[in-house]
Amino acid sequence: MKQVKYRNSASKLLLLGTVFLFSLMNPVFAQEEAATTEAATAESATGGDVAKGEALFKSLCAACHKRYKKMTGPALFGVADKYEREWIYSWVKNSAAMIASGDARAVAIYEEYKRTPMNAFPQLTNTDIDNILAYVMVPKGPSGPTGVTGTTPTVVDNSGASTTLILGALVLVFLMLVVVLFLVNKTLRSFAEANGVEFAEEEVRTPIWKAFVQNQFLVLVSAIFVLLASGYFVYGYLMQVGVDQGYMPIQPIHYSHKIHAGDNKIECKYCHSSARVSKHSGIPSLNVCMNCHKSIAEVAESTATDEYSKEFYDGEIKKLYKAVGWDEAEQAYTGKTEPVKWVRIHNLPDFAYFNHSQHVSVAGVECQTCHGPVEEMEIMYQHAPLTMGWCINCHRETNVKVEGNEYYEKIHAELSKKYGVDKLTAAQMGGLECGKCHY
Amino acid sequence: MSSNKKYWKSVEELNENSSIVETLQQNEFVQEIPTDEFLGDKSSLENSSTTRRDFLKYVGFSTAAASLAACEGPVIKSIPYVVQPDRIVPGVANYYATTIADGFDFASVLIKTREGRPIKVENNNLATSNGEANARVHASVLSLYDSSRLKGPKKGAEDISWSELDKEVGAKLNGLGGKKIVLLTQTFASPSTSKLIAEFKAKYANVSQVVYDSVSYSEALDAYEMMYGERALADYDFSKVNTVVSIAADFLGDWQGGGYDGGYAQGRVPKNGKMSKHIQFEANMSLSGANADNRIQATPTQQKQVLAALYKYVTGAGSKGALDATLDAEVVKAAKHIQKAGSNAVVVSGIQDVDAQLLVLAINKHINSKAFNENTPRKIRQGNSKAVAQLVKDMNAGRVGALLIAGVNPVYSLPNAQEFKDGLEKVDLSVAFSMHNDETASVCNYIATTPHYLESWGDVELKKGSYSLMQPTIRPLFDTRQFQETLLKWTGNSASYNDYIKDAWTGVLGGTSWSQALHDGVLVKPILPKESLEEAINTPEGEVVEETPAGPNVGAAARRLATAKANGLELTLYTKTALGDGQQANNPWLQEMPDPITRASWDNYLTISRADAESLGLINENVANGALNGSYATVTVNGVNVTAPVIIQPGQAKGSVGLALGYGKTAGLKEEMQVGVNAFALYQNQNAVQPVTLAKAEGTHEFACVQLHNTLMGRGDIIKETTLEIFNTKDKHVWNAVPEVSKNHIEYEVTSPEVDLWDEFDRSVGHHFNLSIDLNACTGCGACVIACHAENNVPVVGKSEMRRSRDMHWLRIDRYYSSQESFEGDNAKKDAISGLGSSLSEFGEMEVPSDNPEVAFQPVMCQHCNHAPCETVCPVAATSHGRQGQNHMAYNRCVGTRYCANNCPYKVRRFNWFLYNENDEFDYHMNNDLGRMVINPDVTVRSRGVMEKCSMCIQMTQKTILDAKRDGRVIKDGEFQTACSAACSSGAMTFGDINDKDSKVAKLKEDNRMYHLLEHVGTKPNVMYQTKVRNTTEA
Repeated sequence: MKQVKYRNSASKLLLLGTVFLFSLMNPVFAQEEAATTEAATAESATGGDVAKGEALFKSLCAACHKRYKKMTGPALFGVADKYEREWIYSWVKNSAAMIASGDARAVAIYEEYKRTPMNAFPQLTNTDIDNILAYVMVPKGPSGPTGVTGTTPTVVDNSGASTTLILGALVLVFLMLVVVLFLVNKTLRSFAEANGVEFAEEEVRTPIWKAFVQNQFLVLVSAIFVLLASGYFVYGYLMQVGVDQGYMPIQPIHYSHKIHAGDNKIECKYCHSSARVSKHSGIPSLNVCMNCHKSIAEVAESTATDEYSKEFYDGEIKKLYKAVGWDEAEQAYTGKTEPVKWVRIHNLPDFAYFNHSQHVSVAGVECQTCHGPVEEMEIMYQHAPLTMGWCINCHRETNVKVEGNEYYEKIHAELSKKYGVDKLTAAQMGGLECGKCHY
Repeated sequence: MSSNKKYWKSVEELNENSSIVETLQQNEFVQEIPTDEFLGDKSSLENSSTTRRDFLKYVGFSTAAASLAACEGPVIKSIPYVVQPDRIVPGVANYYATTIADGFDFASVLIKTREGRPIKVENNNLATSNGEANARVHASVLSLYDSSRLKGPKKGAEDISWSELDKEVGAKLNGLGGKKIVLLTQTFASPSTSKLIAEFKAKYANVSQVVYDSVSYSEALDAYEMMYGERALADYDFSKVNTVVSIAADFLGDWQGGGYDGGYAQGRVPKNGKMSKHIQFEANMSLSGANADNRIQATPTQQKQVLAALYKYVTGAGSKGALDATLDAEVVKAAKHIQKAGSNAVVVSGIQDVDAQLLVLAINKHINSKAFNENTPRKIRQGNSKAVAQLVKDMNAGRVGALLIAGVNPVYSLPNAQEFKDGLEKVDLSVAFSMHNDETASVCNYIATTPHYLESWGDVELKKGSYSLMQPTIRPLFDTRQFQETLLKWTGNSASYNDYIKDAWTGVLGGTSWSQALHDGVLVKPILPKESLEEAINTPEGEVVEETPAGPNVGAAARRLATAKANGLELTLYTKTALGDGQQANNPWLQEMPDPITRASWDNYLTISRADAESLGLINENVANGALNGSYATVTVNGVNVTAPVIIQPGQAKGSVGLALGYGKTAGLKEEMQVGVNAFALYQNQNAVQPVTLAKAEGTHEFACVQLHNTLMGRGDIIKETTLEIFNTKDKHVWNAVPEVSKNHIEYEVTSPEVDLWDEFDRSVGHHFNLSIDLNACTGCGACVIACHAENNVPVVGKSEMRRSRDMHWLRIDRYYSSQESFEGDNAKKDAISGLGSSLSEFGEMEVPSDNPEVAFQPVMCQHCNHAPCETVCPVAATSHGRQGQNHMAYNRCVGTRYCANNCPYKVRRFNWFLYNENDEFDYHMNNDLGRMVINPDVTVRSRGVMEKCSMCIQMTQKTILDAKRDGRVIKDGEFQTACSAACSSGAMTFGDINDKDSKVAKLKEDNRMYHLLEHVGTKPNVMYQTKVRNTTEA
C-alpha cells in the first residue's frame, strides 16, 4: 500500500509541475500588444486646424450634425466643396437672415430639413469656421474618426482563447499521464511475476460498512448528523423559495447599464427620475431614451466588446427606434409605437410597501446600496435578496439622515435624548414597526 | 361467539320465507347499485382509448409538471409609457376638480387618479355650495368601472358605428314631416347645454325640451316661480340660523339635492353654551328626524295642517284647521321658538304641494330668515311633472315624431311606464342617451351610448352665480360620446364640447382665467340683489311687501292646507341614502351600504309603525342564525299592487307607511344587484304621498340587516348624552363622568395610571394620532363608510354573507333607539331595576324601542387602543402596536385564528371568510378587470383567511409624513387625514397629531365633552367621542 501511496504522490507532483509550466507559458500570450498608431495632426487640405475644429464641432455642432450622416441637420462632410467659403461663413453666423433674404440655396436647405432653423453662431470667427470645416472635411477612414485625432490603444484580449487552450492541453497531458501510469504499473507487475515476487495476502477483514452498522454509537452519531445536515439544507432550500437573488432575465432590448451608467457616467436618476418623488423608481419611458438616442444612432467602435459587437449594439438601438417609432432617414417620428415589455427584475410581494423616494430623496441612500454595482452590469440582475431580514438589517444599522431636514429636528432631539445616542438608526425611528411597510 | 344467541336485525327475519332477508344475505343492498350511471356502459368504456394506466400516467405527469412549474416564479412584465405624459409620475396621485351632475346628485368634487385611473372621490373644499360628496357621490367612481356599461352605440340590439348613427338619425330627424321633436332630459343645470339645446331648436323645427326629474320637485319649483318668477328651488344656508323647523323635509338626506349637512352641523356643536334647535315634523323616520332635538310624528295630511297652523301662529294670518291637540301644542312650541329666534330661524318643508311650498316661502319671508337668500336659488332641479304627463299623452296621440331621451330612465321611473312604452311605439324615432342598456334604452330605436361623468366635459350652475366645471379624468373607456357632443354633431357644429364650453364661458369667467376655473372646478360670481333693486323702483313707499297684488294668494293656500283630510293609510315614498333614485343600482358598494336608519342593506322595504303592524299581523323576528326576517305586505295604490317586505320602524307615524324608490331595477344590471321592489309604480302623478291600502301577503322575507339590537338598554356610557341645560350648568363629572375603580378602598378613575395593569407605551415622541368623533355633528350620512371602502379596498360580500353578519365594513355607523321617550329615560329605568323579577321583565321591555324614540348615531371603527386586547392574544404577533398610536395589522403574518376578533370589545375586526377577489362566487367589482381598476394600489388586497380592520389610514399618514420629510418641513395641523375624516362634510370627524399641542384634535382631547368608548375596560383608545348634547330648551 505504501508503494501505491508513494506512486500517487509522485503523479500529483508531476501534475502540479505541468500546471506550473503551463502557467508560466500564459504571460507569453498576454504580452502580445498591438502597436500604437501615431497621431496625424497635420494641417488639412482646406487650411484649418483639425484639432481645434474638432473641439469646436463637438461643443457647438454635434447636437445637430454628424460628419458622415444626416441628423437634425445635414451631414457636413464635403460641405466645403459644395458651397463657397463666404457663403458658409454667413450661413453659420446667421442662417435665418439668409433665408429671410431669399437666398435660393439657403431656402432649399431650410425646406429640406422641415423648416428647422439652425442656431446662429455670431461668436465664431472665420478662422473658427475654417477649423471646423477642416475637421468635417476629413474623409471617413477605415479606423473611423478616432484615427485622426489621437491614439487609442487597441487592447487585444486573448485571455478567453488562451484559457481554453491551456485547459485542453492540461486535459491531454493528464490523460497521457493516466495511460503512462497504467502501463508502468502493468509492466512492473509483470516484472514482479516473472521474478517470482509474491504479494502478501491481505487479511480478510469485516467490510467497513458492516463494522459501521455494528458500531451503534457511530450509527447514532451519523444519523443525528445526517438529520441535522438535511434539516439545515432543507431549511436553506426553503428560505430560498421566492428569493430571486441573481435573477437575470433576458430583456427585449439588450440595455447595458455598464455602457450608460458606467462608461458614460449617466446619473441613475436622470432616467429613473420618479425615484426622487415616487414609490416607484420607474422604468424610463422611451421618450427619455430619445433625449440622447435621437443623435446617437450607433455606438463607437470602442464600445464593442468580444462578446457584443458594434453591430449588435447598433441593432439594439434600432429596436429602440422601432419601438418609439423613429424614422432615422427622415429624422422624424412616425407615430407608430410599440411599447417595450421589459421583464421586471425586482419584484416585491404585494403586501410589502416600499417607497423609493423615502430612501433616495430623504435618506440619500445610493442606488447601488440595494441594486449593487449597476454601473458594471452588462445585463441587469437582482443584486440583493430583497428579503425582510435584509431590509430590517439595514434599518438596524443605518443612521437616519436628519441633517438639514426640518422635519426631523424635534423628533431627533427628543429621541436621541430618550435613547442616549447621538445618531439614530432607522429602527430607533420606528422603522421596524410592522405597519410601516405592511398595510 | 360462545353464545348461540341470535340477534334479530329486523322484524322481517321472523318471516322465514322473506325474500328480503334472502336477498340481503346475498347482497348488501337490496336494490342493485346503478354503477352504469357513473361508469357508463361497458362497451363505451372499452372503446375509450384512455386506459386506467394511461389515466394514471397523465395524472402523474400533470402533477409533476405543475409542481415543476410552481418552482419557477412568474415572469412579471413592466411596460413603461412610450411617451410619458408630463403630469403623470407612476406612483404619485393626481387630483382633478370636476362635478357630478347626474340629475339627482350634484356636487363639486376632487378626483384622485393614479396612473391615469380615477380611484377616489374627495370633497372640493373650494366649493361654497354642494362641495360635499355624499355616499353615492363617493361611490360614483366605481360606477365608472361598471362592467355592465354599454361599450358603444347601438341600433336596437345591433352594434352600429357613430357615423352611421349620425347619418341615419340625421336623415330621420329631417324627415319627420312637421311632427314634434322632444328632448326628454334630466336636469342638467348647465348653461352650455341650455345654449346648445337652443341651437338645436333653431336648427330643427318644432323642437321642445321636457325636463324630467325621476324624483320630482315640481311643486316646490312651481311655488318658487309663483313667488319669485323664476323656476328654481329656494336655497337655505343652515349655518346662519339657530332654529330649524322642518316639516317633512329630509334636508340631511336628499331633499332638494342635499348638501345641507355641513351648514347644519356647524350650529349643532355647542359653542359658548349655545347650539341650534331643530324641530322636525315627519311621518317616515328620516336622517333629519333622527338628528332633531324634537321629532314629532305627523302623517302627511297632518303635516299640511301643521304647516297651516304654524303659518297662523308665526304670521298671525290664515287659519288652522282641525289639528290634533297634542300636535297643536307642539306647533305652538315650534312657533314660539321661531318667534324667539326671529330672523335666526328657518322653516323648510318637503310637502309636495304648491300651497305648502308657498306657505314656507311666506313664513321665511315674514321672519326675514337669514338662511334664505332669494337671489341665489338652486338650479339643480328643473323637472316638470305636468310637462312629462303631457308628453306621454302626446306620444300616445302620435304627435311626437322623435324622442331623444337623455340621462333619464322613464320606463323604469315613471308610474305609468306601460303607457310611456305604448306611446314610444308610436314615435317614429327614439334615441336613448344612456350608459346602460336599461329599461328605456332597450326599447328605443337607437342607443347613443354616453360616457360616465368622469369621462365627460360639462358645466353646472348649481345655484345662481355658483358655477362648477366638469372635466374628464380618464380617456373614455368605451366607444362613447356624450349627449352634448352628439347634439353638436347633429346641429352641424364641428367644435368639441370642451371648446364649446370654453367659448360659452367667456361671459361667465369675468376676470378669472379658464385654466384657473378648471383647476378650482368652481367659480362663484357675486349676484346683485336684483329683486331689491326692482322693488326699490317699483314699490311705492309705505307699501308692505306681502301685499304685492301680483303675488300668489298665500291666504287661500293656507286655508286649503288647513282643511286637508286624510283618507286611511298614507304612503310616503322616499329615497334611501344608499341608492337615491336608483341610477347607481349596479354599484355593489352602495347596495352593501347599510341604511343609516334601519341598518338593512341590499333591500328596500315598507316601514310601518308598531301599532299598524300589530293590527295587520305583520312581524319582524330575529331567527336562530342571528338574522332578521320579516313579513311581506301588499300595498295598493289606485289598483296598482306592490308586494314588499316589512320593517317595523320605531318613530314611523301611526297611519303612515314608507317605501324607498330606486330599487327593483331589472334591466342593464347584474343579477345580484336586482334587489328590492320598484316603488316608482306607486309614484302616481310623481307625488311621493299616496293613499294606500295594505294587506298582509304570504311568505317571509330574509333581510340583510347588520344591527339587530336596536336599543342601548340604558348603557349610557356607550353613547354619552346630556341636555344643553345640564351641559351649561353642571360640572363635567355630572354628565361625563369617567368610570372609577377601587384600589385599596380608594376610588380611582380608570384612566389613572394608578390602576393601570399595563406598562404605558411612551408616545410622547413623534406623532401620536387621534381621531375625534363629535356625536353632535355626526348626521349618520354614511359618506365615511363609502370613502373607507374606496380607500382601503374593502371587499363586497353580498346579501347572503351580510345576513350572516360577515360584512367587511371597517367603519360602521351604529344607530341606537331609546326604549323610553329619551335615552335619559332609559338610564333612569335601568338604574331603578332591582331584584330578579324586575330585571327579567324590565330589561325585556328595554329591548323594544319606543314608538317615538330618540335616535343616536355612532361611527365605530378600530379604536386603536393603546392597551389593545387584540394584540396580546395573537399567537403569531400579526397585530402589533406602532409608536404613532396605530394598531397595525400585518396580513401576511396572520394565520386566521380570530382570537383577536373574539377579544376585541368593540367588534371592529373583520375576517375574510372567503376569497373576495377573482372569485366567481362573489361576482362584484373585484371579479372583473374593469372593476379592479378602482383598487387603491397603496393598500394590500386581502386574501382568504386573514383578519383585517381599520388601519387609521396608515397609508395616508405615512404619505403625509414622507411628503414633509422630502420637503424638509414640519407638518401643519390639518395635513393628517384619514379617508373618513376627509369625507366627513359635517366636520364630525377630526383627525390629527395630539403631540402637536396646538392641533385641533389635541384641543378636542382636552374638551369636557370628550370620552372614550367603553372606558371602563381600560383599553385607552386613540379614537375619542364627544358627548352628544341635545337642545331640549323650550322657548
